[in-house]
Amino acid sequence: MIRLKCHIGMGAPVQGIALVAEDDFSARYDLDRKRGVFSRPTHALAGQSYRDRILVFNTAKGGVASAWMLHEMKASGIFPLAILFNRANTILAQGGAFADMAMCDRFEDGDVTRLIRTGDEVLVEPEQGLVTILNR
Amino acid sequence: MRLNDEESAMLAGEMGEPKRWAMEHMLRVGRFFDAEDLVSVAQAHMMGDPESFGEAGAAFVEGLAAHPEAERRVAIPMITDPRGVDLQRYRPLGQTEDMANLERRFIAACQALGIMMTDTCINYQTFMPPMRGEHVAYGDTGVVIYCNSALGARSNFEGGPSALAAGLTGRTPRYGYHLDSFRRATRRYVVRSQPRGLTDWGVLGAVIGRKAGSYWEVPAIEGLERVPTSDEMKHLGAAMASWGSTALFHLVGITPEAPTLGDVEAGSLAAEAITEDDLAALRGRFGADGEKVDVVVFAAPQLSLVEMRDVAALCAGRKIHSETALIVCTPAAVYADAERMGFVGQIEDAGGMVLQGTCFYQQYAREIGEANGWKRLLSNSAKIVNILGGYGYEPALASMEDCVASAIAGKVVRA
Repeated sequence: MIRLKCHIGMGAPVQGIALVAEDDFSARYDLDRKRGVFSRPTHALAGQSYRDRILVFNTAKGGVASAWMLHEMKASGIFPLAILFNRANTILAQGGAFADMAMCDRFEDGDVTRLIRTGDEVLVEPEQGLVTILNR
Repeated sequence: MRLNDEESAMLAGEMGEPKRWAMEHMLRVGRFFDAEDLVSVAQAHMMGDPESFGEAGAAFVEGLAAHPEAERRVAIPMITDPRGVDLQRYRPLGQTEDMANLERRFIAACQALGIMMTDTCINYQTFMPPMRGEHVAYGDTGVVIYCNSALGARSNFEGGPSALAAGLTGRTPRYGYHLDSFRRATRRYVVRSQPRGLTDWGVLGAVIGRKAGSYWEVPAIEGLERVPTSDEMKHLGAAMASWGSTALFHLVGITPEAPTLGDVEAGSLAAEAITEDDLAALRGRFGADGEKVDVVVFAAPQLSLVEMRDVAALCAGRKIHSETALIVCTPAAVYADAERMGFVGQIEDAGGMVLQGTCFYQQYAREIGEANGWKRLLSNSAKIVNILGGYGYEPALASMEDCVASAIAGKVVRA
């Protein structure tokens, strides 16, 4: 197991498979939320499903819509289990708070998009400020 | 977080469920960002379009609106960002009754909360611009970056739910751009190629935003040879916020907090030049030429009266190509003036459509694109071309003049 300390996050603990990109994230700019896939052709995860994944990005980008969208995505049943950032912006954090979605950022050991790999089994414990890679 | 007696009472539910929810939401966000307390805000501005808030968001706001009037009314002046459906013109766009009904439900709920439906992302040009040093809770990144940078107001990007929480309580968590320490410059750029026209200002903003690349970076920008107009600042800021998630920048010698480099502590930062090559590289990503164009869009941000006048003058006496649509988005406040002055008529006589209180990318852009067969889109907004790639469009960028000329020709033409 690899334990990664981060800033105190938000949301209940979740466990799932990581989907990682050295890219930024906006629910508005990057997703087809009906199909549950990354739809922006230039996004590093274009074409991949985000459903039930633990997404790992550098930071958030773009506009304010994501704050509503995470809530609507959760209600629709097609949503990521958690989102981890090197640094969240206010909108994604507000969206996480509104949707009650697990979210963490500011990792002590460096770039989280390099610390976690796509396919890793990850346990996210926001209230402890702790993310554990279970398979390594 | 430290709370005063009134805030504690709101959190305890003593002032009703809407304020209790708002306090709980703000404490979650404030804790995430290490806020020590809440700050009083003078205004709130809420983004909310039906594609974003969906059925779940509409139901949530309706739930707040069902509480007794004394508990549900907003505590400060609160206004709205563009709608997603122009209820007078949605059928020609291919929007459905379901979309319109979701919008109607949201509007009714907002009105029950005492929110003023301004439906604008240019409130700093149409409503009540904030004062320097005034704390506000604004949604729409273009609104925040303009008011922070050009006016010296203090706001974070507030998503719809957070703006709503601020409106209900008159407060927001004190973190980020409410604090002096976050408003200092962290990056320094020197402009080596002067922008000419709104699109150039947007391209400059996009290049700087992309380089800065984070909400928490604050660019200090030198080298501009003149003071931009309000519309030029609008395009500069909106594009920077879209490409970089930037919420504050300083134009040295121009914007209020940066009379000098030293005032924003940028003197010791390494300066990076913004050259013509940088600007050309960004334009080159959206450089269709000679290709058929399906839809020409003026939006993001909504058009000011001056922009409406200019688009109308370019359209006057001309006819838009039969296989190309031209869409213009402006707030109702501007629409009324533009109609009275004949600008709306000139655009419509040419075959264009002027929408009130919406913005193109916020109005089910994917669905209206599919309904109308729109794929190749042309705009003078460096913001909208950044957004719409994810919605299935092939966006291209051109000046306002070239956009109208292309709409008439039915293909992308450049002077």
